Amino acid sequence: MTDLLSIRNLTVTFPTPRGPVDVVRGISFSLGRERLGIVGESGSGKSMTGRSILKLIRPPGRISADEMIFDGIDLIRRSERQMREIRGARISMIMQDPKFSLNPVMTIGEQIAEALTTHNSVTRRDLRNRVLEMLHAVRIHEPARVAGLYPHEVSGGMGQRVMIAMMLIPEPDLLIADEPTSALDVSVQAQVLDIIEELVAGKGMGLILISHDLNLVARYCDRILVMNGGEIVEQCAADALHRAQHPYTRGLLAAIPRMDEDREELPVLDRSAWAAA
Amino acid sequence: MNAVELENVDIAYGPTRVVRDVSFAIAEGESFALVGESGSGKSTILKAISGLAPDWVGTIRVLGKPRGHGPDRSLAKICQMVFQDPYASLHPRRTIDDVLAEPLAIHGIKEQRAKVEAALAAVGLDRRFRFRYPHQLSGGQRQRVAIARALMLEPKILLLDEPTSALDVSVQAEILNLLKKLRREQGLTYLLVTHNLPVVSFLCDRLAVMRHGRIVEIADVDALKAGRLTEPYSLELFQASGGPITAGA
Amino acid sequence: MSALHEWLLEESPSSRTQARLGRAWRILSALARNPLAAIGALIIIALVVTALFAPLIAPFSAVGQDLSNRLMPPSAEHWMGTDELGRDIFSRVVYGSRITLLIVAMVAVISAPIGLLVGAISGYAGGWTDRILMGITDIFLSMPKLILALAFVAALGPGIENAIIAIAITAWPVYARIARAETLTFRDAEFIAAIRLQGASATRIILRHVLPLCASSTIIRVTLDMAGIILTAAGLGFLGLGAQPPLPEWGAMISRGRNFILDQWWVATMPGFAIIAVSLGFCFLGDGLRDVLDPKQRESR
Repeated sequence: MTDLLSIRNLTVTFPTPRGPVDVVRGISFSLGRERLGIVGESGSGKSMTGRSILKLIRPPGRISADEMIFDGIDLIRRSERQMREIRGARISMIMQDPKFSLNPVMTIGEQIAEALTTHNSVTRRDLRNRVLEMLHAVRIHEPARVAGLYPHEVSGGMGQRVMIAMMLIPEPDLLIADEPTSALDVSVQAQVLDIIEELVAGKGMGLILISHDLNLVARYCDRILVMNGGEIVEQCAADALHRAQHPYTRGLLAAIPRMDEDREELPVLDRSAWAAA
Repeated sequence: MNAVELENVDIAYGPTRVVRDVSFAIAEGESFALVGESGSGKSTILKAISGLAPDWVGTIRVLGKPRGHGPDRSLAKICQMVFQDPYASLHPRRTIDDVLAEPLAIHGIKEQRAKVEAALAAVGLDRRFRFRYPHQLSGGQRQRVAIARALMLEPKILLLDEPTSALDVSVQAEILNLLKKLRREQGLTYLLVTHNLPVVSFLCDRLAVMRHGRIVEIADVDALKAGRLTEPYSLELFQASGGPITAGA
Repeated sequence: MSALHEWLLEESPSSRTQARLGRAWRILSALARNPLAAIGALIIIALVVTALFAPLIAPFSAVGQDLSNRLMPPSAEHWMGTDELGRDIFSRVVYGSRITLLIVAMVAVISAPIGLLVGAISGYAGGWTDRILMGITDIFLSMPKLILALAFVAALGPGIENAIIAIAITAWPVYARIARAETLTFRDAEFIAAIRLQGASATRIILRHVLPLCASSTIIRVTLDMAGIILTAAGLGFLGLGAQPPLPEWGAMISRGRNFILDQWWVATMPGFAIIAVSLGFCFLGDGLRDVLDPKQRESR
């Protein structure tokens, strides 16, 4: 299998009053047309990794990498204008909270249509059909009615499904989902992730799922990267997560309370355990 | 005597009723959880008990005494609250020392210095933190300060509004351990609001499942651990939270 | 020196005073790194020093007339020339700084606390209190500043004290609006809820918890408004309703110089420069303060 995305030595640096700080420290990984999970706690650099693939790091932050090859294109050497042709059309990103990602004064239908027409030329009639088809694909039962609604008129779960529709309608090759469900209720989370999984598998896309939730990532991905302090501390197959070797991964897994909890005390991460190693 | 008792309580927010006909009782020293999804009214119940949502009808009793509407100075020494967002619950321009000494100053309590240091020690914060500002602290450290603040007046009851949902799992474990330890040491009664069933399993004795402003089911935490909840909605939540699907469901 | 510096920047201060001084030091050093703010601060410091040591700086008396030396152009003896009564303009500008500083300081001291308090009470209490207080504020806001000040001075009689009162009355509504808007953003915040649950009274919450948070935006606004206050005071002086002769108020000096503007330009121009310099100083300082004190602005940069 040829790699869809291959990143070598990616570093993201932010200047601070006390000198530059690397939030991502020279990480390398590759991705085929598969589902890759990136997990870590806040400050681990997982979101910055996701954003830097689209070169969406705002100044004064800086990205550097030896190479960042997506389908034969080295993204790191692309200009901002060339990146715009790739964003949305070939690589899409779903953010955490649909409330902040949808335009409040445009109807849902208009926004999805715009996502398509930005990169493709489509006839008016075709456009409407494609929008309704897409809404249907994200399991919205009355697509024609929902297309005429404004974002504040739909629930969080439906908003996130609309976001997915918007991101997938240009048929990108890679979808980056950054905490796509952490603003949603547990019962809706599974539904949204099922839709993402189904569409990604159906269209043969690559998926990067970024989350703080180890169990969720293990359930929906093929392969997992565990990040801590801007570095990848562990890579493993999703079904092998519970046999993870690194003390950080093991510590994280142990710290999660279980449904049938009978421990008197939860084990706490001993951060010195791997800092010395 | 029950620590907290609600009888047929309806709570309104403006024109809409968000909680309908809710009744439950929490024994002294018990740890009770209200679980449900967003909009189920679970946080609103905490606000009504604490006085932050004064628009309710029915009876709310705290340590046997019916409570009025609105914040109550005498209740402050009995019942305190820990909020969800450690970034929003500390005054950004005051040092930790100011934050912890304020309740003592309000109630004219002496020996502030010693009490503040004791409170920091109780929540596992070093004395170095005493004169820092909130922005110099991590999320977990802030939540420890918020817990210390809630305990300054030595209340009997703590209302916990999603105290760990904004924290990383490793920090969540530390805060959950701390809450468990404090309850054991000080004989506190907890009323925990959360959407996270495993947290309930770790910290609580009983739980009430809420949906659309009503209580669907009240169960022992043993029933939760064994997946023996009876109502379909409770089981739905149980499975969505990663609980195993049992034969009966 | 470096020991003091370290003590101020200590990550874990050991007393309340050290924590507060450390915070003040951080703000001051951030301000010093901001070039515009530093220029503004220098101008303001120069104004204060001039006002304090006016008798030492001014070579002549501010009111002493010398009719044989009327309307002399700037020279080595009279740096800014003399006016129609032979008074040294430089000395008058120097003494005039006292009046300007007095007006600016008094207006700030009167209007900022009133505005802050009205705004904070209005925002925190909400409901009818809010509607009534904001109604009054809007009435004041809807009238043009200079006209309102004129009306007050006309009613109270001309003079510096009345000019100060009149300007203060026109200045506070803006601060009330700002303080109210600020209060609304955190009125329902959890840290205010936590204080309420501890049994604090509304007075205590407003004075000790709400006001300190509104203070920085009000300080910024007051500093930026100083230029306008100086101009309003000068305007009143120009119209003969502010400081009365022979007081060396800058606006009044321009007003008198108007008669000679074509032939003896320096009479009106020199106090004009002083007004521009001081106004700019306050504007620069205000902008710098906003950069340093307002974290929302800083993040967006």
